[in-house]
Amino acid sequence: MMLREQHHVIRWLVAARMPIVLLAVVAFATFLTEGRFASLDNLINVARQISFEGLIAFGMTLVIVTGGIDLSVGSLVALTGIVAALVMRAAGGLAPEAAMTLGLSAGVLAGATVGTTSGIVVARLAIPPFIVTLAMMLVARGFAFILCDGRPVYELPESLMWLGRGFAWEGALGRVLPVPVLILAAAYVVFGVLLSRTVFGRGVVAIGSNEEAARLAAIPVRRTKVIVYVILGALCGLSGVMNTAKLMAGDPRVGEMWELNVIAAVVVGGTSLFGGRGSMTGTLIGALLIGVINNSLNLLHVEHFWQKVVLGAVILAAALVDAGLRRLEMR
Amino acid sequence: MSGPPRIQFHEITKRYPGILALDRVSFDVAPGCVHAIVGENGAGKSTLMKVLSGATQADSGSIAIDGVQVKIARARDAERLGIATVYQELSLAPHLSVAENVFLGRWPATAGVVRFSRLRAEAARLFARLGLTLPASSNVESLSVAQQQMVEIARAVSLGARVLVLDEPSAVLTTHELASLFRLVREMRGRGVSILYISHRLDEVFELADFVTVLRDGAHISTRPIGEVTRERLITEAVGRGLSEDAPQCRQKRGEPVLRVRGMAAPGRCADVSFEIHTGEVFGLTGMVGSGRSSVARAIFGTVPGVQGTVQVGDRCGPFRSPRQAQRADIAFVPEDRKREGLLLQRAVRENLTLAHRNSSARWGVLALGAERRFARGLLDRFGIRARGTEQAVTTLSGGNQQKTLLARWLQRPYRVIILDEPTRGVDVGAKAEIYRLIGELAERGAAILVVSSELPEVIRLCDRIGVMCRGRLASVLDNSTRATTQEQLLSLAVGAGAA
Repeated sequence: MMLREQHHVIRWLVAARMPIVLLAVVAFATFLTEGRFASLDNLINVARQISFEGLIAFGMTLVIVTGGIDLSVGSLVALTGIVAALVMRAAGGLAPEAAMTLGLSAGVLAGATVGTTSGIVVARLAIPPFIVTLAMMLVARGFAFILCDGRPVYELPESLMWLGRGFAWEGALGRVLPVPVLILAAAYVVFGVLLSRTVFGRGVVAIGSNEEAARLAAIPVRRTKVIVYVILGALCGLSGVMNTAKLMAGDPRVGEMWELNVIAAVVVGGTSLFGGRGSMTGTLIGALLIGVINNSLNLLHVEHFWQKVVLGAVILAAALVDAGLRRLEMR
Repeated sequence: MSGPPRIQFHEITKRYPGILALDRVSFDVAPGCVHAIVGENGAGKSTLMKVLSGATQADSGSIAIDGVQVKIARARDAERLGIATVYQELSLAPHLSVAENVFLGRWPATAGVVRFSRLRAEAARLFARLGLTLPASSNVESLSVAQQQMVEIARAVSLGARVLVLDEPSAVLTTHELASLFRLVREMRGRGVSILYISHRLDEVFELADFVTVLRDGAHISTRPIGEVTRERLITEAVGRGLSEDAPQCRQKRGEPVLRVRGMAAPGRCADVSFEIHTGEVFGLTGMVGSGRSSVARAIFGTVPGVQGTVQVGDRCGPFRSPRQAQRADIAFVPEDRKREGLLLQRAVRENLTLAHRNSSARWGVLALGAERRFARGLLDRFGIRARGTEQAVTTLSGGNQQKTLLARWLQRPYRVIILDEPTRGVDVGAKAEIYRLIGELAERGAAILVVSSELPEVIRLCDRIGVMCRGRLASVLDNSTRATTQEQLLSLAVGAGAA
């Protein structure tokens, strides 16, 4: 039957829309930049650029799938970066590796602590996550400045740079795999499995689809909600330390607007802001898409202000295409 | 009857991908009568009503209203023709007042400013005309579901409806509220309105309807005056085969007490509730809306805060503080509202089936999706759930199959205590019989079963003992091992009139 086949094609299109769009954008960027986009150096560059926010986007996906949101991630990147920098500077007497490990742990722990606080307030007191994390965004940003008296923190162990700008292998293949990209790839695997293939992930999806049903199906709703905020906080910590390593300084001003970039990547990746539907692959592609567009606009010397306009248009277009395809699928 | 019929359905056909939802359906609805439409879920009743109300369009066929052929492309067209529909999911604005809802979009205004006094006065006049007692200025959200339904019907009347479609209006009502609904329906019939009444409850059809139409698998089977059909005939036609509506009678085996509830109280919901359920016993709990019948079930399962007293399953002592604790104490719970508190509507049947036992195909927390799919397929067979496959979104299943999915979520494991809150709400006669049979089997295997139900005939057919709740207390427990309890007995206890 004609109708049936059409239906299959539509279903396939819906399933494969993200990679298709990514490929199209990559091809278009390569064409416009006369090949400069597709050079190895540039591709490595793009991958590294998206790693810092992409990492956070994985945690954000978990939070959004439960039906939540976290606006504090940008501030957390600054706060945890400062905490890590201060700890490393204080541990200056130790071996560089030990200082680094301490700093990294401190950053991740600080992020996880703030995440725990947000999570508990959201889950136990049932206050909307938008408000809780909006407050947390201000508090964390404030503390980032307070802890360092508003001045960047320098004098960090030299070896730290590896975490932000280094390469995983520097052998015969040359410098092709930046450390941040390796971390991003590992996180993709871990959180992809966590969301779609684990008992925990099933609970995350169930809570976002129908919280009351999840509770009555004996899913630990509050615990699960707290855990997703903790994971997101810890990932902000990791990203914050990596960012400090990239700059070789703890800077309280970093991470401005990251929350919006991160949410954009998640939403462009097809995750529903209402919860109950989303995938890590979608988020990864969403982050890549935004990275590719930003990068090619840079290569084309498009003015910064216009870049914002283009990116906004892309996000809107993604949402429209998503809604359109979904309507087709429902028929 | 003279003049043309109020509605003439002529060869209505509607096709969805893979399904013929309506197959050349033709019948007439007379003016000023109650016309019941019965059939299993998926028989095409809802689709036909959607065609009539403009929510969807037929592929072919035609509709005539009072002898004039009409085209209903949108909800607006239906409204203009005087066709009003009250769906199962009520469509009121909860934060607006009763009067504002009745005249929604048609408020009396001067220069854009609403004249609330006139609005309230008009509403009060309308209610008086219909013999309704509704608080015109209260917010709709403070009303009971039954009252909200009245508001919807009043709105239909105020729009000058000639045809009123009621889609399972009784599913959420208690016996008491049902009486006032019937009064209203008869009142409207007296005014010449034709009422299309969709219900799974044959008792109501026989009490209220003048005509009855049977649909099956999208085809029109029969339309007859109610006096010319019997209950058995209707069931046979709707299901397509002979089927006993009755639950298995009187169980013999009754063993040790398993669930012991003593002096249980939940603040503002129920107090001083004590009873026991034995192995192999079906215990019914009934009462008016707000009597605390559901609260008792929920308090046992740990979803109500601040429960006091004792709840005991074997040697596990409660009250349990969360559904997880209750599950560990070997209690299963199937909630009453499958859409709101049961199913993940947009997710696959498979995920819905395994939700309460996600660990069963997992190792160290990681799921084996292949094994899970095979397991889910097994459950589809075992519980007779008709779905295209395990990956179909559960929202696309019929009501009966959704309910069976929810039952299968819990009944896949042999729990010692099984709580079923309104296990047959909104399911058709066929699925109902299957669910009754399932409950019988579970009791045979030695489970202690608590059935909470507002449907008195169901409680009487199904349960070995019946507890009646009244104002938060367990008014009485009746022995029903011979199935001899009468509805009148239960009712008088439920309203607090009977002797304990």
